[in-house]
Formats: sequence, C-alpha cells, structure tokens
Amino acid sequence: MNTGIPKWVDVILIPLLSLILAFVVSGLVVLSIGKDPIQAIKLMVYGAFRLNDGIGPTLYYTTSFIFTGLAVAVAFHAKLFNIGGEGQAAIAGVGVTLVMLAFDWPHWTIALLVGTLAAAAFGAAWAAVPAYLQVKRGSHIVITTIMFNLIAGSVIAYLLVGPLQANGSLPESSRFPSAAALPTLHDILGVVGINFDRFSDANITFFMALLAAVGVWLLIWKSRLGYEIRMFGESDKAAVYAGISPVKITMIVMLISGALAGLMAVNTVQGQAERLVLGAVEGAGFIGIAVALMGRNHPVGIVLAAFLFGALTQGGVELQFEMQIPAQMVIVIQALIIMFTGSLENLVRMPVERLFTRMKKRAA
Amino acid sequence: MTVTENPGQPNAAAPTPPAIELIGISKAFGPVQANKDITMTVAKGAIHGIVGENGAGKSTLMSILYGFYKADSGRVKINGVETEITDSHAAIAAGIGMVHQHFMLVDTFTVLENVILGAEDGPMLKPSLAKARKELQRLANEYELDVDPDAIVGEISVGFQQRVEILKALYRQAEILILDEPTGVLTPAEADHLFRILKNLKEQGKTIVLITHKLREIMDVTDTVSVMRRGEMTATIETATTSPSKLAEAMVGRSVIMEVEKAPATVGETVMEIKNLVVKDGQGVERLKNISFSLKRGEVLGIAGVAGNGQTELLEVLGGIRPATSGEVIMKGDSIDLTIKANAQKRRHRGIGHVPEDRHARGLVMSFKTWENTALGYHNEPEFSKKFGMANQKAMLADAQGKMERFDIRPPNPQLVASSFSGGNQQKIVLAREIERNPEVLLIGQPTRGVDIGAIEFIHQQIVKLRDAGKAILLISVELDEIQALSDRILVMFDGIIQGERLPENTDKNELGLLMAGVDPEAEA
Repeated sequence: MNTGIPKWVDVILIPLLSLILAFVVSGLVVLSIGKDPIQAIKLMVYGAFRLNDGIGPTLYYTTSFIFTGLAVAVAFHAKLFNIGGEGQAAIAGVGVTLVMLAFDWPHWTIALLVGTLAAAAFGAAWAAVPAYLQVKRGSHIVITTIMFNLIAGSVIAYLLVGPLQANGSLPESSRFPSAAALPTLHDILGVVGINFDRFSDANITFFMALLAAVGVWLLIWKSRLGYEIRMFGESDKAAVYAGISPVKITMIVMLISGALAGLMAVNTVQGQAERLVLGAVEGAGFIGIAVALMGRNHPVGIVLAAFLFGALTQGGVELQFEMQIPAQMVIVIQALIIMFTGSLENLVRMPVERLFTRMKKRAA
Repeated sequence: MTVTENPGQPNAAAPTPPAIELIGISKAFGPVQANKDITMTVAKGAIHGIVGENGAGKSTLMSILYGFYKADSGRVKINGVETEITDSHAAIAAGIGMVHQHFMLVDTFTVLENVILGAEDGPMLKPSLAKARKELQRLANEYELDVDPDAIVGEISVGFQQRVEILKALYRQAEILILDEPTGVLTPAEADHLFRILKNLKEQGKTIVLITHKLREIMDVTDTVSVMRRGEMTATIETATTSPSKLAEAMVGRSVIMEVEKAPATVGETVMEIKNLVVKDGQGVERLKNISFSLKRGEVLGIAGVAGNGQTELLEVLGGIRPATSGEVIMKGDSIDLTIKANAQKRRHRGIGHVPEDRHARGLVMSFKTWENTALGYHNEPEFSKKFGMANQKAMLADAQGKMERFDIRPPNPQLVASSFSGGNQQKIVLAREIERNPEVLLIGQPTRGVDIGAIEFIHQQIVKLRDAGKAILLISVELDEIQALSDRILVMFDGIIQGERLPENTDKNELGLLMAGVDPEAEA
C-alpha cells in the first residue's frame, strides 16, 4: 500500500481503535435499555475467556469462523465475492452425514480423514455451480451464491424431514456411530496434563483450522497458483496476457473457497452435533465475511478476527443468560462491531492517516 | 501549412459572433496534460472537424465543452456570451448537444422513451410522449432522420441508435452538435447517410463539431478543421486549403528526428507467415479484413497506421490474447492454434515474445513487485518452479535483480511495486522480461509510448540488438518517426487492411501519411 503509514498502524492500531469505538457505542446501546454497560463488558469478557467453561465454546466458534473467513479471503484475492459460505458449509454437512452414516468406523482418525474429504468435496461442489454460471453465463457470483444459500437451506430442510430423518419426530438425522466421534480439546490437552473444559464442543478441528490458515498462506503467497490468483484479482487483462484462463482460475478459486467453507461442517456436524440438524451453520458463513474483512484477507488476521468473533458469540450467550439482555440486542452489538471494523473503517483510518502524514511532514 | 489568424470564420466581417469560442483551455489528469492552453473558434453554421490520434485530447476537450470535466483554466464563450458550463444540464441549456462514441441509451426503452428521458415535461408521461412523437415526425421529415418511434432501442442497428442520439440532442433544442467518432461503428452506407444528415443540419443553421481520426471524413464534410497532437492544438485550417497528407503529417507530427544507429539487416528465411487473417470483434465488426504477410529472421517489420485501424487486434491475435475468426498463422512450418483454446503461455512456448501496447493494463500488474512482474507469463517455467506447485521466489528475485542491472532499471530494487517506477522504467521491465527469453519472434506494441527520451534510445538499441541476433521483430507504433527509424520494411494499416508496403529508404512521411489516411498515392497518380 502506498498510504505512507507504518504497517503496524495499518494492521494493529486502526482495527484496535475501531474496536474500542464499537465497544463505546455498544455500551451506549446497553445503557439505553437500562442495563449497566460496564457490567455487560465485564461479563462478556469473563464469559468468553473463563477457563472452566468460557474459552472452550469460544474456540469452538473460532474454528468455524476461521474456515469461513479463509473461504471468503481466498475468493477475494481473485476479486470474487463468495457470499455463499453459509450454503456451502450447510451442504458440506450433508456430505459429512452421508459418509458417517454409511460405514462402521474402525477409528476416529479414518472418520476424520473421510469426513474432511466429504465436507470439502460437497462444499466445493456447491460453490462450483455459481462459479460455472459466472464464467459461462455471466450471472454475478454475489447474487448466485446468495441464492444458493437459500437453496441449501431448503434442501436440508427437505432431507431432514425426508430421506435423512431418523426415527422420531425431530427434523434431524440419526446419530453417527460413536467410533466416529472426534477427540475434544479436553481429550487432547488431557494427554499433556492440562485439564481443559470437559463439556466444551471445541475439538481437534481447531488445529485443522490453524493448519488450513497456514495452507492458505502458502497457497496465496508462496505457490504458483496463488500468484495466478492474485494476478487475476489485480488485473484480469494482465492475467490473460500471461496465459491464464479466467474461466479456469475462477473455477479453481471457487472450488477452494467452497471446500474451505465446507470444512466448517467437520467442526459442527461431526465434531459437535454428531448428527445433521437444522441450521447447523448458524450464520457462520456470513460472519466469515466480516472475519475476512477485519483480518485483511490475511490468514494471521483471519485467525485473530475469528477468535474475536468467537469470543463475541460466546460472550453474547453469557449476556443473554446472566443479564437478561435480549438475543436481538446481542446481535445489535455484534453488528456494531462488524460495522465499525468493516464498513466504517475509514472513520478511523482517515484521521489516523492524516495524523501520521502530518507527523511525518513535521519530522521532515 | 497555412494557419489562419482567425480560423473558422469564412465571413469574419459579419456581426454574428462565433458559435463556440474556447479560450486557453487546459486540463490535466494527474501528471498527464490532456489539454494544453487550447484556443479554438467555430463559426455559426459550420461543420468543424477535430482530428488527432487516440489520446491526443480531442474527447477531453469536447467533454469540457459538454460539462463532463471541469477545465483547470480557460474560458468558454457560446454565441459570444461567456458561459460557465458546470455540467451537462448547463451545456444543454446553452444549446449544446453531444453524441457520444459509446451511446448513452437505455436498451430496453423505445426510441420515443429514450428521446424524452430526462426531458419529460411533467410527472405524467403521456403528454410528453405525444409531443415527442409529433416532434420526431417533424425532425424526420426535415433531416432524413427517420426512426420508428416505437422500436425498442436494443433491437435496432447501431446506425439507427446513433440517429436516436442525434434526435435526443435536437429534441432538446441543441443548436450546437458535437459528434465523437461517429463513424467508428457504422458501415460505409450508414456513414454516408450520417453525413447527409449533418449537411442538412448545417443548412438549417446548426453548428456541428465532428471528432474523428479519419481524414477522409474531414475532407468530405467539414468546412474547417483543427488538428490536435499530444494535448495541443497544432493547427486550425480551412478544409479546402489542405490535403489528407498535410493533415496526417500534422497529426503524427515531426518530433525530434530519431536516428537509430544500425547496420544493414541481414534478412534470413521466413519465420512466421500470416495468411488471410480475419478478426471480428464482439459486435461482429471486422477489425482485421483478410490480412496476409510474412516475417523474416533478422528484420524489423514496422506496422504504421493511425491507432484503431486493426493494429491492436493483430498484436493480440498473434500474442494469443484474442482468437482469430479465420485465417492461418504458420511458424517455422507448423500452424499455430488461433482458436479460443490457445493462450499466451502456449505462444511463449512457441518462441513468441510480446511487449503489449498497454503496459499498465496488460504488460504489468501495477500493484505487483518488480520480481513478480519479471516472472509474469513465465511463472510456470521450470526455473521459477519448486515442488508441490510452489514458486521459486528466490530464483524470481535473483532473475529480477539481474534484469534490473542489465536494463538499467532505476531504482534497482526488485521489491518495489511496478506503479512506483517511471513510464520508461516500467517499459524496461516489460522489455527485459520479453527480450531476455530470446524469443524467435518478438511482438512489440508502442514501445516508447509515454517513455522519456533517454529510455527511448536504450529501448531502440535493445530492439536492434535482438534483430542483429537473427530474431524477427514485429513493431507496431503510431509514431511514424519510430517506424521509419527502426524498420527494415514498413506495412501501413488502414481500416483493417494492409494499405501498402514500403521500404523505409524508398518512401517518406508524406507517402506514409497518405497510406495511413487510406489513400493509395500510386493509384491516384
């Protein structure tokens, strides 16, 4: 970037100031419904990071958000807006369910491997259709991926009252064989003598998410494919001149993006619910957009932003529970944070930039 | 060339003030000076032409007159009254109408709806439509401007669409009509019809400004003509006193004489043969009309022509960027895939290097670092590859470092992004990348556009060096001096065909200028 501000200001100071601003406005919102904002903030932080039953759920949400955030970021490097993480993750859940119910699993490692492949394949397939429609028919990918979210929701609703419904009246699938259950963080950390929250849903996929972040970093900045993706994103004309097919690169990017979004299903469907339920994605696909935005489409930023949103989600649950702040208000607070860190970023960026250029001039 | 003191006023003694007076207009876009201190007068009831190459500043000037851009300095007088044209509404109020190169029409609306769009009389459409229908009828009778008022605009031909644009302006009571490259999209018959319309309009006292780079049109219809070159107005003359060759010369200009030191060429066998090449654009217009020529080892084949006569398409087809409609290209005995399946990487493997005309959009990724740009297009070559699809960034960096030294690219820091270099250094990055691959055929488009004098010399030397190494070079340039200085053989392109072939020692600017304007001097003589 040619803005002339130091990098730490760009990646740390500005997001931090945005976040503080968001918390101040959120405090006013809490005040307006007659609750104590200081207590609310304390409770959120405490609820999200408390060792015995706070950090576990936070990490569980973080895992999902890392996957969906990476999905958005990979597509964005090719200047494609994949708004369909929600639907891709949902359909990936179907893939996971189908393979989990198909076999008697001898060991969780094999179940994890096959579940991961199924999730990635189904997520990628769900992203492939909008990608194909864009390259061949010119249908805008933003519109089609959004529509595919709705289609995915309806498909799953049908499956859960039809072919996949378990005996009983609930719209959910049968439970996966117990051998397919993934080790939780409690199990894993127990090995090294750490007594982690026994009831949390956080599981081994958290490490997979971190690996995926490393993988995306390698892909985008170190591989030849990533070079082509970035080139296509920066200038499609230059990409054609370099011999890159826009059709091919769009398809590949969307397949990778869909697969990453799909991996989230390993965390939620296989790792937590161990069956397919309605609404398993819970908006994580959309939160991924905010995560990628706040994380500047960089894996490190995305992991940090995903952790923040994970904490917000868990802290929000606490707010509802302890202070009787309605769920809608919690969503308002989360939305304010997304707004300040994402779309209103220039509110903070411009004065900070001006300040720094002035300081530079004075120094010079 | 005669430049009259008081141009465009056949009867200067008459009391009628000129329709348009532009006084000292300047406009810059960033570092690019699009218009430099331009003064121009157009008499009432005249057809005034503005000629110049692409990027000479014609469209900018007219956009200032129409209120699209605000001039940095200068004044505008309409009918002798000083007028400030802040936006297109003000222009319309001052009686100025514009027919843009790219039509501003709503494809799904009818002709009638398009005509009243933005000029409705009240909240209800019906009375306006009825009024417009009557008015269109009148205009159709008066000016040969008949169009079916109920036709959907997207379904009528471009010629008719253009008439709708003219009708729109006339409906808004335009007294001055600006047409920007009106014949670019028209068939010859449609163009003739357009000129009849323009003459009718002139007889009714309308003033017309015609922007074009086609000299024939200027000669055919205009009363006076202004020539623009690199943002300046170099001459304003009465059309009757000039000729296409004089205009061509004024357009291309006599910049500093460029002498390139080079030994006589030792021309070898044919490397590339182009046979009956036809290229149609997205709208089905033929951009290349059955072109054939051959390219030989050890020669620089220069292609001269005013920009927009098919050179870009030729370069893009040969470079693998755009498919050909029909025809054949044979390289060293084997024919090259010209279909949509071909791509630029395959061309590179065949030994075709390509320095594209537009280095900003194509030749470089402006936000990429130099070492990323020097690998562009060659990033999948073995020396830049590692296992598992990884890029060998160390090798790319070292390669960039070497290229920057050998081509004297300053500052020699491969971590800098392309946009931070000057035009000359950017072009050297592209040239270094393409030349050092040692291609059998090097395609070069506008090698020195926007490049400073020092870099021009260096770039020319590199081209000659490659030629002397026995490679074939296809040079496309709108700079006639450059073509003459570098080429061993010159082809002139006009309107998608090769208008003529000359040897540089047996021709001059005059003759080339005529060929560029679509006139064959030998046929006329």
